[in-house]
Amino acid sequence: MLKIEARGYESRFWRYASPVLALLLTGATSGLIFMAMGRPAGLTVYTFLIAPLLRQDGFEALVVKAAPLIMMGVGLSLAYRANVWNIGTDGQFTLGAICGGGIALAFPDAPAYVLFPAMVIAGTLGGMASGGLVAWLRIRFNANEILTSLMFAYITQYLLVYLVTGPWRDPQGFGFPQTALFSDTALAPRLIEDTNVHIGILLAPLIAIGLWFMLEKSLLGFQFRVLGQATRAAKFAGFRENRLVWIAMLISGGLAGLAGLLEVTGTLGQLTTTLSPGYGFTAIIVAFLGRLNPLGVIPAGLLLALTYLGGDAAQIDLGLPNAVTGIFQGILLFYLLGCDILLLNRFRWVPSHAKAVR
Amino acid sequence: MTALLVAFLVSTIAASTPLLLAATGELIVEKVGVLNLGVEGMMLAGAIAGFATANQTGITSLGVLAAVAAGIALSMLFAVVSLTLQANQTATGLALTIFGRGFSALVGAGYVGIPAPTLPKIHLPVLSDIPVLGPVIFGHDILVYLALAILAVVAWCIRSTHLGLILRAVGDSHDAAHALGYAVIPIRYAAVAFGGALAGLAGAYMSLAYTPLWAQDMTAGRGWVAVALVTFSAWRPFWLLIGAWFFGALMYLSLYVQALGVAVPSALLSAVPYIGTVVVLVLISRDARRIRLHRPAMLGRPFQARV
Repeated sequence: MLKIEARGYESRFWRYASPVLALLLTGATSGLIFMAMGRPAGLTVYTFLIAPLLRQDGFEALVVKAAPLIMMGVGLSLAYRANVWNIGTDGQFTLGAICGGGIALAFPDAPAYVLFPAMVIAGTLGGMASGGLVAWLRIRFNANEILTSLMFAYITQYLLVYLVTGPWRDPQGFGFPQTALFSDTALAPRLIEDTNVHIGILLAPLIAIGLWFMLEKSLLGFQFRVLGQATRAAKFAGFRENRLVWIAMLISGGLAGLAGLLEVTGTLGQLTTTLSPGYGFTAIIVAFLGRLNPLGVIPAGLLLALTYLGGDAAQIDLGLPNAVTGIFQGILLFYLLGCDILLLNRFRWVPSHAKAVR
Repeated sequence: MTALLVAFLVSTIAASTPLLLAATGELIVEKVGVLNLGVEGMMLAGAIAGFATANQTGITSLGVLAAVAAGIALSMLFAVVSLTLQANQTATGLALTIFGRGFSALVGAGYVGIPAPTLPKIHLPVLSDIPVLGPVIFGHDILVYLALAILAVVAWCIRSTHLGLILRAVGDSHDAAHALGYAVIPIRYAAVAFGGALAGLAGAYMSLAYTPLWAQDMTAGRGWVAVALVTFSAWRPFWLLIGAWFFGALMYLSLYVQALGVAVPSALLSAVPYIGTVVVLVLISRDARRIRLHRPAMLGRPFQARV
């Protein structure tokens, strides 16, 4: 029978090979699912992963989708390293968009050099407030952050619906559930004229690099890693767990809020009832695919952004519902987690009679 | 007034049933030391499997069976990755929820806005016609009674049987249970499958009795509320029932007040059950010592047998 056997050390090879193996297995499994649905597997995988990039605006669409995923994924990789399970980044994203968007709606005539920075600050603070509340409830009341952060995501979504169907609804909007368009001065500055390539696309990798330095090269980062890997050791070393929980939630919440603000000012230009196409859960996969390493999160964010574009393409070209993206992402996370057993273990074939001999 | 009270009680019991089913399953899973956060995904899979089967065959009971099968199938994905391959249970549970949402949306794309045969309400001669008590106690569909019966059996099993003792041993000290010769991993597999079956059943209740329709993400966080309920109950079945009724009442009231046309915007009222979950969770968790006393000590810890 096949046996799992401890290696006794961490395999360097599998540290990098395990996510690659997970990706290959995900591709193969998805192909089988497509075949079961009566579609040619090769064509579907091509439509999903390659065709979106060959379109004229393919690269632009990719980086625009990847920027929020990278920002949120970087924050989560930091939090998960410290065993702080923020899974409600969707709510922090939305609250950031609400706070920043509210300023844009309140001061449409403010000059751009005041308005946009104020919105960025408001959006980030909004996300931090939402994340900070979760941290406070965990520290002060011992409330599980997984459940509270997710409940806040639902609550924030209803708050958004209330605002855009109620007090913030565009009076000239023919009753559609959306706010007025932001003024031009409230839109994120573009890196390339007449595209959606906004400043967030530059910001996301810079944030990732900055947090990589913090995590890998600073004392604070060391404390994060120890807290996650050996909680008791962190306590003996005198690291203050509560302080690290605060920092993890404020950073991951603040980055999600910033991502939300940049999403509404970079692509949508107004608030509507749905701002996040499930970025919150996708960012979790981005963090794990990036091995909870901020630098790894950059390619991981690009890849998962591609699955969103692929879902749209599969819907248009092949008539598949774009929920396919969700299945693909779920399978990928299963394989990523499962393949990691190869880090510390190996599979060995043990003939079944060996048991009797021993 | 009486009519209002009857409507309130009947609707509360209906709204609490999916919570109770899913939470009872998760209770057993957590009792053996496993934290499965995929309840929401398994409920959604159960909801669409039940709905699609009932729609295709026209037989509701087949739909219920299909929902149970779907719940078990999804729970086994979780079990393989988290128990055999020893991955982090929190992350694996999230993967299951993501997968279940995608799977149900994909299968359900063709079933939006069409009817399926619904679970009939039981009507007992004489008993169901008693004023007030009749509709409140004797007028529900079979799953409502099944949920209560399962909870009673689970409570009895945990408290007074040898099996319950084994389950608790595995959850409180897997090394000791292993040393005594109990097969920790297979026992955990069985518990996870039980949790999957009940989550699937809860989904079937949503799409075949409660709503009864299929809509994408129709469980709307009920799977997560069920997970919260287990913590709320401090892993005790009786309090699970109280909690399910409480949240059922909260869900009904937030809908009812909307229907009354009260000046509070409906979107804000819809948020009330989620706010309630946070408040209750905070109140319960505040006493860290009580939680520590009741929580299965191995909750969330992977087990690897040392030979």
